[in-house]
Amino acid sequence: MQDNFIAPQGKIEKIMGNCIALVGDDIDTDRIIPARFLKCVNFDALGGSVFEDDRKDLKGNHPFDLNLNKGASILLVNSNFGCGSSREHAPQALMRWGIKAIIGESYAEIFYSNCLAIGIPCFTQKKELIQEIQKKAQNNKLSLEIDIAKATASLNDVKLELFIKESSKKMFLSGDWDATSILLNNKLLIESKINDLPYVKFNPNNL
Amino acid sequence: MSQNTLFDKVWDLHKVADLPGGSSQIFIGLHLIHEVTSPQAFGALEDKKLKVKFPSRTIATVDHIVPTDNQSRPFKDNLAEQMIDTLEKNCQTHKIKFFNIGSGSQGIVHVVAPELGLTQPGMTIACGDSHTSTHGAFGSIAFGIGTSQVRDVLASQTLAMNKLKVRKIYCLNKLSQGVFAKDLVLHIINQLGVKAGVGYAYEFAGPAVSALSMEERMTVCNMSIEGGARCGYINPDQITFDYVKGKICSPKNDNWQQALNWWKSLVSDKDAIYDDVIEIDASKVEPTVTWGITPGQSIGINQRIPKLKDLNIEDQFVAGEAYEYMGFKPGQKIINTPIDVCFIGSCTNGRISDLRVAAKIVKNNKVSPTVKAFVVPGSEKVAKEAKNEGLDLIFKEAGFQWREPGCSMCLAMNPDKLTGDQVSASSSNRNFKGRQGSPNGRTLLMSPAMVAAAAIKGKVTDVRKLL
Repeated sequence: MQDNFIAPQGKIEKIMGNCIALVGDDIDTDRIIPARFLKCVNFDALGGSVFEDDRKDLKGNHPFDLNLNKGASILLVNSNFGCGSSREHAPQALMRWGIKAIIGESYAEIFYSNCLAIGIPCFTQKKELIQEIQKKAQNNKLSLEIDIAKATASLNDVKLELFIKESSKKMFLSGDWDATSILLNNKLLIESKINDLPYVKFNPNNL
Repeated sequence: MSQNTLFDKVWDLHKVADLPGGSSQIFIGLHLIHEVTSPQAFGALEDKKLKVKFPSRTIATVDHIVPTDNQSRPFKDNLAEQMIDTLEKNCQTHKIKFFNIGSGSQGIVHVVAPELGLTQPGMTIACGDSHTSTHGAFGSIAFGIGTSQVRDVLASQTLAMNKLKVRKIYCLNKLSQGVFAKDLVLHIINQLGVKAGVGYAYEFAGPAVSALSMEERMTVCNMSIEGGARCGYINPDQITFDYVKGKICSPKNDNWQQALNWWKSLVSDKDAIYDDVIEIDASKVEPTVTWGITPGQSIGINQRIPKLKDLNIEDQFVAGEAYEYMGFKPGQKIINTPIDVCFIGSCTNGRISDLRVAAKIVKNNKVSPTVKAFVVPGSEKVAKEAKNEGLDLIFKEAGFQWREPGCSMCLAMNPDKLTGDQVSASSSNRNFKGRQGSPNGRTLLMSPAMVAAAAIKGKVTDVRKLL
């Protein structure tokens, strides 16, 4: 877990770091951060509780406890990662543990948009390749440099092609992943839109 | 790409702008908030020195952390008390309408908004909760968001989003006697898988769906997210209009006719284009029970738990995990599995019609002495209605505990939890590992009628035998 957590800010172009392989499909957000840790009014203390129950169960042998993975920042996952609850606490806990990017087979929709909104790029690749790099990362320290503009991850001379939604890529590169300010740029359009909505007219006093 | 579906019409209407990165800026007509996913959003708003753009378009209630035995303040749990206190203060500061405990309208956010008439066809609805898809039952486009997106909606009443594809799930024929909306949606998720819906909005249609009541439709749309679809909806019809009419916040007088005309125009066109269409035969659905650790791992009550070789290769890893966690053997029957705890409630099945169905089965019976059974009404309104009908007495006389409204043991953020490796029969929506509050607790999802049957027999039972 990181001692001095600094949230990402602005443009995100490159991410360098060691990989941590977490094998399994359909890993839900209740497993990433069990509900009892949601009793908080800020995200600060979540990093230490990431995968709490799975880790207790594996008594020190969970990937997030192995010495090999200390200081890792690129998480390697399989399919439908982050399914279930919309709790942003899940990617927040991963980020506060030290995760800066995720490479996997596929993601649940809300988890993906939460990651985008807090500055964690999520890349995809096909199953066989993910399994191959997971194996590498389980055996030895595996360091990757991710280039978001090129959508590649390099290790030594090897370049691994990655996939990311074009709109997400642009948002990371421009810094617009922190969407509030770009949304507020369209203040006048928002104010005119509300007057276009039929239900605003026929529900005059309700809301 | 889909065209002229309800989803397309509502999306186009709410589009504010194309954003530089290629996503769309979508106006959110109704924003619902609760105590768990909003405090950090208000904090971020204050850090950025921003105000709530349209305070009247956000509505708050408290549901996840509330105790269901004793709701007097301060709550015994300091952290829970701090969360409700923070929500109260944020609503006061930002002038947001808050349905607090004792208001008569508090409850699970997805039960409360429809019963107040806040949820209406054609709206975009967002809430920091994945089961926001529930509201799609009215023909609205409703989806769960995370806390940073809650912040964005508070600040701008809009979200940056990519348009979803639309899959029509056409449900042929009708559900048979003793088979409910919950069984239908569990069956659909089992057939399509838990990730098939990623990138899609699900349009539930066909005679089996048209025949459902509004509350049953909410059950179906509620669980869209368990099939991976962030949003699920049903085209509005007379059943929808009849439900909305006369609610506290529904359109009145001349406005009602205008609303009706507009709502009817939103229905997917006959020649609408879908990205995908699949068919489900509703008459083949049996009372359905989950045996594993994802809502897709379910079988009909008389079927056997699948063996590894019966499953698709991509489903085998999680199936292996599920056998081990649940303690089930591949090929064994699910019927007669002993049950320790029975939970009737949640945003999936905590509405008045759910309690009526369960009460009918419970009436003149006793809860098995080996079972702890409890009912948590979805809202204060549901609780009141149930009491008026004497349902609370039926449950209590049978040995159920009758509780106060909240999310309760669906996600166990309050004191209602499984202990050890207890097995629960639950009318909720998720059977994930540890979901109901014990790291090795085990959940079998089923309809409220099936939970009631399990409570009486002390084991998984085919409810049709008790009807």
